[in-house]
Amino acid sequence: MTKLTHSTLPNGLTVLLREAHSAPVISFWLAYRVGSRNEPTGQTGISHWVEHMMFKGTEQFPAGMLDREIDRAGGQWNAFTSMDATKYFETLPADKIDIAMHAEADRMVNAQFDADETESERTVIISERQGAENQPTFWLQEGVRGSAFRVHGYHHEIIGDEADLRSMTCDDLYAHYRRHYCPANAAVIAVGAFDTDDMLAKIENLYGSIPSAGAPDLFARQEPAQQGERRVTVERPGQTAFLETCHHIPGAAHADWMKLKLLDAILSGSSGASDNKTSRLYQALVKSEVAAGVGAWLTPTIDPYLYSIIVTLREGRTADEAEAILLREIERLQTDGISEAELRKARKQTRAAFAYSTESVTEQAFWLAQSFILGDVYWFENYSARLLAVTADDVRDVARRYLTAQKRVLGTLKPTDPQQEAAP
Amino acid sequence: MTGRQTSIPNSKNITRSRLDNGITILAYENPAVQSVNIIASIHAGSIYELPAQNGLASLAAGALMTGTATRDFDQIHGALEDIGADLGFRGHLHKLGFSGKSLAEDLPTLIDVANDALRYPTFPDDHVERLRGERLTWLQYSNFDTRYRASKAMREALYPDSHPYHYGAAGSENTVKRIDASELRGFHAKYFGPRDMILVIVGAVNAENAVELASDAFGDWRNDSQPAVRQVERPARNGTSQQQLVVVPGKTQSDICMGVLGPARLAEDYLPAQLANSILGEFGMMGRIGKSVREEKGLAYYAYSRLGGGHGPEPWSVSAGVNPENVDLAIASVLEEIKRLTSESVSDDDLADNQSYFTGRMPLRLESNEGIASDIHGMVSFGLGLDYLANYKETVFRIGQDDLLAAAQRYLGAHDMVIAVAGPEGDGSSA
Repeated sequence: MTKLTHSTLPNGLTVLLREAHSAPVISFWLAYRVGSRNEPTGQTGISHWVEHMMFKGTEQFPAGMLDREIDRAGGQWNAFTSMDATKYFETLPADKIDIAMHAEADRMVNAQFDADETESERTVIISERQGAENQPTFWLQEGVRGSAFRVHGYHHEIIGDEADLRSMTCDDLYAHYRRHYCPANAAVIAVGAFDTDDMLAKIENLYGSIPSAGAPDLFARQEPAQQGERRVTVERPGQTAFLETCHHIPGAAHADWMKLKLLDAILSGSSGASDNKTSRLYQALVKSEVAAGVGAWLTPTIDPYLYSIIVTLREGRTADEAEAILLREIERLQTDGISEAELRKARKQTRAAFAYSTESVTEQAFWLAQSFILGDVYWFENYSARLLAVTADDVRDVARRYLTAQKRVLGTLKPTDPQQEAAP
Repeated sequence: MTGRQTSIPNSKNITRSRLDNGITILAYENPAVQSVNIIASIHAGSIYELPAQNGLASLAAGALMTGTATRDFDQIHGALEDIGADLGFRGHLHKLGFSGKSLAEDLPTLIDVANDALRYPTFPDDHVERLRGERLTWLQYSNFDTRYRASKAMREALYPDSHPYHYGAAGSENTVKRIDASELRGFHAKYFGPRDMILVIVGAVNAENAVELASDAFGDWRNDSQPAVRQVERPARNGTSQQQLVVVPGKTQSDICMGVLGPARLAEDYLPAQLANSILGEFGMMGRIGKSVREEKGLAYYAYSRLGGGHGPEPWSVSAGVNPENVDLAIASVLEEIKRLTSESVSDDDLADNQSYFTGRMPLRLESNEGIASDIHGMVSFGLGLDYLANYKETVFRIGQDDLLAAAQRYLGAHDMVIAVAGPEGDGSSA
């Protein structure tokens, strides 16, 4: 990868640029430091809803205009709301990127929040939540997170609670937008076929005059330490049972996070493959025919979050069986640690996964945006080096400190008889 | 062989070799990356199985990597996972496809394992049983998925049970339960062979060396029992619409899937139909349907149309997820847009926008190994010629409004649409 250029405009806007001339395209991102983590009760889901409203247009770029212009140019554009951030991007042929740069600068300050549009979007957002509810695992995830976090904003789903989606007003959305969409709370990221000096000059010209009153105070409440194991059971019509096991772990900037990443590679694999059949959990749970599948998630977050393992049970097998096997594997890791061969494999997988994830300008820009959100713009740049520095002893050490009963939340999705559910 | 690349993959910069046994190997150099991707296919999809064996081809594809004559399950996956490589086989309707990726330095291992799994699988009984259990779990889970159920109901109503498209490639609980390892071995012995196999390699490799590597691996493959490639006919439709309602208890949203028989990829009006489809339910955040159903009426989070294409008459369909109370309104809105598309010529702007969209997206698609490999595979698989991409812009801009109207009328205007709705009981739909 080519050198990263990092600068900050006088109004506080962070600018991250990386030239990449492998293809005649540019990926342009705007990342705001606000996500579901920053939402108080009564306004859950507001960050995601504001993200939807940003596609309703501005006076200069009315609704539909950018859809048309970007598609005409053969580009892609979209947005994502996560727990920690709201990110917007456009990837376009290099000679067409100006419209995206103009539009993002414009909607940072001029987005329209019309009351009728808000009502129309309310039903779309509720429909999005209802679509997610059709998946039984959504209810399990919501139950587990609600149990793991009592105080912190990671407590609720990004989509928000339906009660809040029904009660929030257009004024609430606009206030959220005005408070959080400002230069000092954002970063512009561009990766692709451009000249860095020219790109920086364009960004200064478009974004430098946007006023900023400084970064907003973000709503965030610290989660107190969990006092003992928690369990949650969710019942939904169906035939398939799931077990989710979570452990509280530190945020991505903490030195232990990368050690946990290597631990995850040993337990579930990290090659970027669809699944990892030589991983410890696959061998113990799927090969033994207790589970039909197993996956693990270690999400890089600002604040301490969860290391989650989800097991899909085969018919006739129980969550208790899967739990016993899973805890045995954790204990084995804590007692015996890992072999040098496992360490070598994890390192090679990491090198490959890093190569795959940096091959397109869109992926590179995504990770730069994520690094900004995590508070270290070089977080992804230094990812491989930090991971390769992790030792076998480090892995056993974090297994002992974090994969404990006190930090654990166990969730079970229990399928119920669909016919009983259907009865009046 | 010919070789060396410039920009758009074409007959001059794709290195191509046709082996004596019928395999076509193609390689394209992409020095901007560190990795290599492969995409390949053989004619061993679900259209070759009997209805009572539905799911056999897919299960055979999935079981290829459970054991070979020289490697057991752990050795196969260890060989790949130790180097961070990925390889997967998947059964489709017409073909078995496989794709993989690795660091460029590990291409020999990737080719070696792919060759081993494809040609020398042993289908160990215990692993087949385990895989079958995993498939059954997935099918059971899918039975409670409204989107899956709506799509399945549409497919089953659109194609009669005598037609191979009536059946999904994954099979059903009833059929998958009965398939055993000996049937997988029999299917492999009969249908897996080199004739008309396509293998594409794209990445940070020397193209000629890559073709030579693959030729050495697959060049001695023979299978004299491999039958002729099967063609799938267009089923007769009786000219009336059908409605299907599937109750899935405990759901909060209904899924709608509406479809007609669409053109095959090689049909003369495929590209006009594809442009018409883009206007209907794709361009500018889901086209006219997205604008009507999502933006104006706020009925759905997603509402779009899709043209299947492929080797046979796959569906031209519209999908939407809506609140159960809004099912009828959403269906009516979609039908209104279809009526408009089949009765009025699209505007000059609509046509120009979508032509520009189709040609403008090529640089992004060709940015990745996977995108390049997929496009090269498609050019060969459908017999489009290796200069298809190079001539694509000219081809797309030759299409006129009359072509779009004719294609829309031919497929969408036949009044024989299937409308399937899957959702909770008493969703208010009259479908």
